[in-house]
Amino acid sequence: MSSDTPTSNEILLEVSGLKIEGYSEGRWHQIVKGVDFTLRRGEILGLIGESGAGKSTIGVAAMGYAKPGCRISAGSVRFDGIELTTASEEQKRQLRGARIAYVAQSAAASFNPAHKLIDQFSETVVQHGIGSREQAYADAKALYAKIRMPEPDLIGFRYPHQVSGGQLQRAMTAMALSCRPDLIIFDEPTTALDVTTQIEVLATIKDIVRQFNTAAIYITHDLAVVAQMADRIKVLRYGESVEESETRQMLDDPQQDYTKSLWAVRSFRKTEKPPLPETVPLLHIENVTASYARSLDPVLIDIDFEIHRRETVAIVGESGSGKSTTARVITGLLSPSQGRVVFDGVELPADYRNRSRAQLQQVQMIYQMADTAINPHQRIRDIIGRPLSFYLNMEGEAKKRRLRELMEMIELDPDQYLDRYPEELSGGQKQRICIARAIAAEPKLIICDEVTSALDQLVAEGILRLLDRLQQELDLAYMFITHDLATVKAIADRVVVMLQGRIVEQGAKEEIFSPPHHEYTELLLSSVPEMDPDWMQRVIEERRSKSGMESAGN
Amino acid sequence: MNNIATMLLQRISLGLLTLFIVSLIIFLGVSMLPGDAAQAILGQAATPDTVAALRKQLGLDLPAHLRYINWLGGILQGDFGTSIGNGREISEVIGIRFANTIFLAAFAACISIPLSLLLGILAALYRNSIYDRTVNVVTLSSISTPEFFVAYILILFVSVKAGWFPSLSNIQGETGFLERLNKTFLPAVTLTLVSVAYMMRMTRAAIINLLSQSYIEMATLKGIRNPRIIIRHALPNAWAPIVNVIVLNLAYLIVGVVVVEVVFVYPGLGQLLVDAVQRRDMPVVQACCLIFAVTYVTLNLIADILSILTNPRLLHPK
Repeated sequence: MSSDTPTSNEILLEVSGLKIEGYSEGRWHQIVKGVDFTLRRGEILGLIGESGAGKSTIGVAAMGYAKPGCRISAGSVRFDGIELTTASEEQKRQLRGARIAYVAQSAAASFNPAHKLIDQFSETVVQHGIGSREQAYADAKALYAKIRMPEPDLIGFRYPHQVSGGQLQRAMTAMALSCRPDLIIFDEPTTALDVTTQIEVLATIKDIVRQFNTAAIYITHDLAVVAQMADRIKVLRYGESVEESETRQMLDDPQQDYTKSLWAVRSFRKTEKPPLPETVPLLHIENVTASYARSLDPVLIDIDFEIHRRETVAIVGESGSGKSTTARVITGLLSPSQGRVVFDGVELPADYRNRSRAQLQQVQMIYQMADTAINPHQRIRDIIGRPLSFYLNMEGEAKKRRLRELMEMIELDPDQYLDRYPEELSGGQKQRICIARAIAAEPKLIICDEVTSALDQLVAEGILRLLDRLQQELDLAYMFITHDLATVKAIADRVVVMLQGRIVEQGAKEEIFSPPHHEYTELLLSSVPEMDPDWMQRVIEERRSKSGMESAGN
Repeated sequence: MNNIATMLLQRISLGLLTLFIVSLIIFLGVSMLPGDAAQAILGQAATPDTVAALRKQLGLDLPAHLRYINWLGGILQGDFGTSIGNGREISEVIGIRFANTIFLAAFAACISIPLSLLLGILAALYRNSIYDRTVNVVTLSSISTPEFFVAYILILFVSVKAGWFPSLSNIQGETGFLERLNKTFLPAVTLTLVSVAYMMRMTRAAIINLLSQSYIEMATLKGIRNPRIIIRHALPNAWAPIVNVIVLNLAYLIVGVVVVEVVFVYPGLGQLLVDAVQRRDMPVVQACCLIFAVTYVTLNLIADILSILTNPRLLHPK
């Protein structure tokens, strides 16, 4: 939104010909291959790209910092007339925190667990000799109030683990402002947050950056988010610049094919097909209540829904809403205290240890992190072959034939990949291996737990297409756990919305996504960022006027 | 706080259980040795009648479980029985000896703990530098040398050749504090040399382990100076492993000093134990072993409790 921004013409940061190398396997590899950009005072530049594009590396290089194992090998980074690539450590130290601040992706990991929030805030101020501890305390409380943290006078005296993720991320933004820097680097600051929390943090960041006329580099992989935040957008790929232009122009009229492909990602919709003749539901979770220990409060309360053959049921909700716990009850990892799980008309024993092999075979899982879900010391052949011999007693030639079939089903060349180790595969390929392992067991239901959330959008779409095709071919039912509503729109037949261990709403996708919504579903849906740069402003204003009306009514 | 109380209670009861089992093992172990106290007191020439009479007098004719209960019951009231060697109250003898051992251990700890923390923190700060390597080599060499050898080397150079400190640590009840320090200096240094390496290396490792954490990178990007990052940001999160190894070393300083006490003729508990074994003075052996066990278990318990208490998540619950 360049129109209402008081940007001056003074150039604050000028990066030119920046090359950064990373050390691995005994030699230096170039990971940033000559990137240029300039940033004026008060301007926000969005850096966008998929993983491996070098966004974060470039971001911290703007502070003259190279991550461990990296080095700036060529080019120049000039901040307000100071050349950072040749500046002494002490010179850079004096700039960091005071004039250039950093906001990290995970506030939970980036706050020191041993100190109170307000002490971590004041540390920067005191260490840079900008003010006393008392002044910093007073300023912190004022800033906390400005960004609408609850109990601004007291919240700073809590330890990081005592406040929620969204509050922590806002506290980190406040901390970055402690010395009123000229430039803040935001490194994916909302990626780890739920959508309902994300919008609040985004609004906070935008407000505060505008108020103090701070320049910012906003790093993200989320196009809709960058559309809200940035004046200009720079698209990066493999450490190189693809294109750069004003936000609206970039959204309306991208020039490069790669940018267009990024913009087009959200177009995928699953194949519509006639429903199978209705019989007994494949899976029926009947009034399940469960808790992790008898003494603890239940984490699932009266959960009841059905999954039918060849159907995709999406379970949506924020972190902690009980989505994954529901999967644990279905797979028998957690025994419910009330209710039962009925599969194909037969009640499943609550504990997986009491289930027969045939019962176990019916339900398979695919996880979020393919890296941790497959054994790094086994070849692909053994990873996919295990369910073949375990559930189907398949050995020898039959097994070899089946392995090749499975590899072809997941669109990986069997000759090339069967004898590789997982580490030789990309993230998307590893997730495909996990899919192959799940379908190798010939299940009727696959539980997909956030299977695309660790992947780049283009790769994630490939996975969704694959899952859709397999569903058509094998008549599979999916239970799709996700917090990403775009994925839900793309793939679900029915949607179950969960909040704090309860189902607040369930029904066909069209029903859930069209009004009238349940209050919480409304909040969830309206919080999903849209590509329109004015979206956030609009939503925030709507919410404020609504809450204003409510409080006036009271 | 409730959470911590439960956890502490659990640890303490586990400690008590361990002590109970150890007392059983000590008692059974000693009573399985051939011969008994009555035999030992009266010597080879005694007639079976006199031996039997003495056994009766000492309560040795009772069945094992009764003897165990008597022994344990006595100890719980502070009565360790009487020494067979000189007929004195064991608690009296042990009291002085134990105080001496604690004195030496405390002296050694006062040198070695601050020294190893300092060396460890500096090694973490200047990791992979010449300083770091030198400290590592020196401490590793001193720990790899048997303690009696370290002791004799010290005696040879510091005492015999230079004449700075006495080689005998034969302190007595009336020895003044400063003289005590002077006389126990060499054993304390010996103990320091053989224990610094563990603590220093654990301090270094525990801190370096944390340096890849996001909050350390954050501190760097906030423009905090390196020494402050180590002390203010890494150290508070590294206490649990450091405290553990420090307390284990304290236990070693108290329990493992037998050899050093013998070399320097220091009247501590370790030497008492060695003498008692030579004289087959079983009640004293049992008492010494039990005191060592109690010390060891207590210190480990303290290590556990401290590492719970240094965890901010437990200390400041939601």
